[in-house]
Amino acid sequence: MRRTVFPHKLLPWLLVAPQLAITLIFFYWPAGQAFRQSMLKEDPFGLSSTFVGFANFRRVLSDPNYLNSLQVTVIFSALVAFFAMAIALFLAVQAEKIVRGKGFYRTMMIWPYAVAPAIAGMLWLFMFNPSFGTLARPLRAMGINWNPLLNSDHAMILIVAAATWKQISYNFLFFVAGLQAIPRSLLEAAAIDGASRRHSFWTITFPLLAPTTFFLLVVNTVYALFDTFGIIHAVTGGGPGKATETLVYKVYNDGFVNLIMGDSAAQSVILMVIVIALTAFQFRFIERRVHYG
Amino acid sequence: MARILLNDVRKSYAGNQVIHGITMDIPDGEFVVIVGPSGCGKSTLLRMVAGLEAITDGTIEIGGTVVNKLEPRQRDIAMVFQNYALYPHMSVRENMAYGLKIARMQASEIEARVQRAAKMLELEPFLDRKPRALSGGQRQRVAMGRALVREPAAFLLDEPLSNLDAKLRVQMRLQIKEMHLNTGQTTLYVTHDQVEAMTLADRLIVMNKGVAEQIATPLEVYQTPATEFVAGFIGSPAMNIFSVESRGYSAILPGGHVLPLPGIPHEGALRLGLRPEHLRPAAPGENAIPVELRSVERLGADAFGYGVIRGSDTAMTLRLPGTSQARRGDVVELVPDPAHLHFFDADTGARIAEA
Repeated sequence: MRRTVFPHKLLPWLLVAPQLAITLIFFYWPAGQAFRQSMLKEDPFGLSSTFVGFANFRRVLSDPNYLNSLQVTVIFSALVAFFAMAIALFLAVQAEKIVRGKGFYRTMMIWPYAVAPAIAGMLWLFMFNPSFGTLARPLRAMGINWNPLLNSDHAMILIVAAATWKQISYNFLFFVAGLQAIPRSLLEAAAIDGASRRHSFWTITFPLLAPTTFFLLVVNTVYALFDTFGIIHAVTGGGPGKATETLVYKVYNDGFVNLIMGDSAAQSVILMVIVIALTAFQFRFIERRVHYG
Repeated sequence: MARILLNDVRKSYAGNQVIHGITMDIPDGEFVVIVGPSGCGKSTLLRMVAGLEAITDGTIEIGGTVVNKLEPRQRDIAMVFQNYALYPHMSVRENMAYGLKIARMQASEIEARVQRAAKMLELEPFLDRKPRALSGGQRQRVAMGRALVREPAAFLLDEPLSNLDAKLRVQMRLQIKEMHLNTGQTTLYVTHDQVEAMTLADRLIVMNKGVAEQIATPLEVYQTPATEFVAGFIGSPAMNIFSVESRGYSAILPGGHVLPLPGIPHEGALRLGLRPEHLRPAAPGENAIPVELRSVERLGADAFGYGVIRGSDTAMTLRLPGTSQARRGDVVELVPDPAHLHFFDADTGARIAEA
């Protein structure tokens, strides 16, 4: 690494100042606010608040609704991350094989990423709403009693599908780039060594994609945990019952709908801890197996 | 162990033909070098034998089987790539064992073969290292080892030494030659380096623009190049080739000099080829080619003079003794060795036999 020596001490600080300011204002400050709020209890009219220590955390963690929400989140996130990555990888591999119209195919694949989450949610709602959904009727005609408004499994399938669909584009883009970075001669060498296409995919391509896959695993986990709020809000609103109420959705619900600010803040602090822990875990234990070229 | 038969092999990309019908019979155990300038189609030809490029027309036979429609893995060949193509996430041992594992060979046999190859290539201390922890020469040897352990019917090498420094290249060249003597495997070797081509080959294919200009032993290629292209390509420094006007027993050189040439074919325009090493200083009064020196390169044992035929701008390269005192501006009178005259057709570039 080359070291740059600045003539005086102020300049380097000035250069990182914009980045620092953004992080401070948009991350540390709200996080601090949330942390403060999580220790307070507000009266019903929001006129005064009292310090209650960790009482909010104790109540939240012993709330069966919260534990249900935790379970929903785990299932939802795992499914979304897995399917979004698996399908994107499959499509990226197929896209590599295309000779003509590669650019067109790729562009088409990337479009869903440009659709806002809430709009994506509405799109899926229009397709699968039990009463007016375009695809709900054929499903019923096939003998499936499709009703995401009443059946919690159906609701979960619907938001997983919508959230996955939205994220595939992003993953696709990275997998395509990752695949292009693998020298062709490696696959040719494998072919000459006697490997079938399937075998060389799993023994050469997939291991060499590991840095991309790992990066996407982190990004997709965070996506499923946070960025899917809009989809859930548009499609199920957390229902039926609380079957699709993820942690983020519950933070919103308790804070801005039920106006229990202390609980909501405590939840967001817990959520922050979970994400930090999860990312740290991923870097600590999974990254070790990643081979960077 | 296998004989390789190329029968009028052609290759086109989108209607654009790049290999124009190459026919060759490579008997079992022969070391054949495909040599030519970049873009001549030599790598493409090798990749067609390997099965990495489709064959547009003609047939390729390996060990008695037409392999046109076979996948690379069904052809029983091993290949060494220019950039080695080592699997970066596998150790040296795993790299070499990869193909054997796919062939479902017994673990003990795999280990024995890897050990044997590692010993031959002096790779034993590095078996558990990843490729990135190896030097260029070591990587090259791993690539060789990976091909060796397979004990294939034929070996294909695509410019395997071009990424090495000069000293290592010489070492590896000798090692490859020795390996071939030990294993006796049919080998196809692609290079643009004529020293590699001359020293390694039992036979050469000199390619130019997708055409095999000459298929012959290195000595034949040097002594009787089939075309003007081959004459200019093989030999270092390159052969001097220029237009002359034939007048029965003598030729009119550029600059109007008249040089008696025994065996000059016919009357009219010709191309005359003279290797720098086949020119000797003229005796006084002898008819000679006067060359005005522009620069002299002294290599110790030899010196090479670069100049022009006096009164023209036709370049001439000559070999001088290492002790020569010749300097820029001197005029050297030279006489060609009559046993080493090369005549080519002025239009087609084809060799014309001496009369």
